[in-house]
Amino acid sequence: MTKKILILLFILIPINANALIEVDITRGNLNPLPLAVSPLSIDEESRKGFEKILKEENIGSEISNIVENNLRISGLFNPLDKKAFLQAPDIANLKPRFEDWNLIKAQALITGKVNYIDDKLRVEFRLWDVLAAKEMMALAFTTVPNNWRRVGHIISDKVYERLTGEKGYFDTRIIYVSEEGPKTQRIKKLAIMDQDGANNKFLTLGNELVLTPRFNPASQMVTYLSYFKNMPRVYLLDIETGTQEVVGDFPGMTFAPRFSPDGKKIIMSFAKDGKSDIYTMDLENRIVEKITNHPSIDTSPSYSPDGKYITFNSDRSGYQQIYVMKNDGSDVKRISFGNGLYGTPVWSPRGDLIAFTKLHKGKFYIGVMRTDGSGERLLTENYYQEAPSWSPNGRVLIFYRETKTNSKGEGFSAKLWSIDLTGYNERQIKTPTDASDPSWSSLLSN
Amino acid sequence: MKLNKIFKNTLLVLAACLVLSACATKKEVATDIQGQMQGDVYTGTDTVEYLADGVPDRVFFATNESILTTASRETLRAQAAWLRKNPNINVVLEGHADERGTREYNLALGERRANAAKDYLMTYGISSDRITVLSYGKERPVDSGSNPLAWSKNRRSVTVKAN
Repeated sequence: MTKKILILLFILIPINANALIEVDITRGNLNPLPLAVSPLSIDEESRKGFEKILKEENIGSEISNIVENNLRISGLFNPLDKKAFLQAPDIANLKPRFEDWNLIKAQALITGKVNYIDDKLRVEFRLWDVLAAKEMMALAFTTVPNNWRRVGHIISDKVYERLTGEKGYFDTRIIYVSEEGPKTQRIKKLAIMDQDGANNKFLTLGNELVLTPRFNPASQMVTYLSYFKNMPRVYLLDIETGTQEVVGDFPGMTFAPRFSPDGKKIIMSFAKDGKSDIYTMDLENRIVEKITNHPSIDTSPSYSPDGKYITFNSDRSGYQQIYVMKNDGSDVKRISFGNGLYGTPVWSPRGDLIAFTKLHKGKFYIGVMRTDGSGERLLTENYYQEAPSWSPNGRVLIFYRETKTNSKGEGFSAKLWSIDLTGYNERQIKTPTDASDPSWSSLLSN
Repeated sequence: MKLNKIFKNTLLVLAACLVLSACATKKEVATDIQGQMQGDVYTGTDTVEYLADGVPDRVFFATNESILTTASRETLRAQAAWLRKNPNINVVLEGHADERGTREYNLALGERRANAAKDYLMTYGISSDRITVLSYGKERPVDSGSNPLAWSKNRRSVTVKAN
């Protein structure tokens, strides 16, 4: 079972409802909001206490670095250079001199304080509206010191939420497939890391081929495809305990697994006699249901967030296209009608869009369309890229991209990338090895 | 990936040629620059291994297709004859796709290709008990190139001895 990580959260002062700054998340943000993330102040005794346990020289600065980095990579904020700051962290946290922060063009300011109390990490932080000279938010957390990175992510989420009006996505993890070795003999392992690339950990040894890990939106369980004993089957893995089990008892390859939004079912494909159909298995009573029944290839299923619909791709029209049906398999409707092939549909956690991979004239695209297929918008074009996965707030897509090899077949690489729903802010996510098949977790704390 | 028009026409001409058994004209019609493809099906022997003398281990497919070509059927008939002569040997049919498709669809496509080969072996008297199908999708290319010839070598079903 999931080990509960306890983070106590206090609201220090009631939030001022009439704050002035607001970040519009819906357009491509070409003018990120300038803001100052002051290092969290720390007294010498606490600093030494944390240095001893965490091997970090100044945990106050480190936490503020996490916040600054998160806000920067969101593309919505422009954290200003700390060298320009005129006010010391401890004094700024008590009462910022707004003129000073105004002078360096900061529109928002984050200050805070870290304490080492009874072997616990206590962090308080405040968000200030510089122009209005008002406090927008003040919160405090108490947790075990080892959770310090998560505290940085939670602060980032709170700031993001306060300034954009939408939930953040920083206190999250990415599960993916780590890749090494030549293209013809790739060694693949499951790996997991924090959303910002920290705390990377390998979950399998690479003895067998593993593919397409996906998080359970309701817990820290993962479903994935493993070639254990050369039998490609869908497995279930508990990340906390490391226990794994095969899902269902199918006489052939099961693949393309995903959880239902409530985490109680796995939906996947089962291939037999040259046709692939979609099945679900209830994880509590183990009942298996056949959802599609067609001589074509039906795969890559994904539930709508309310669980009532399923999107998938099928080549029943002759070529790979995207379809939507009710969760019992009825009312199958094709929704992709543009030029080219469409695959890997994934329903947005907000419910309004489906992200997909498109192949047209030798190029691969990541795009989104409405759930009836209208409003197709291509976000990025490349030699090869596929398999988008949504951030839990439905604002960012993570996917993987492979490079073209040269005439000698050299130069292959696979990397994780992310892009905003707006089509802006495309960036590579650093991983210790090559990487593919990313899946974004839900927010760890709500 | 859709076949482009030239390939399609080439295939039609080729099909007509084969129907008429007018294979004398085959070479002029449908060889690519390297002479190793017809349409976009690989016809070379670069990657081919042999289960026995005159028994190639693999067959190749057109993009997104699982239809057996005339050459593929010939190869599979040779495999079936060899399997009939060696009744104790079981085989795994490993189905593969090229890198130009999504991973999950390619897993299904590899399975479909291996099953096309399996069905053909079965019509030539090989019991399904002796055949296991295993799809690798795009996970195990033989050629790491990013070009049509490399992709054509990778779209394959390989018959591997299981014991």
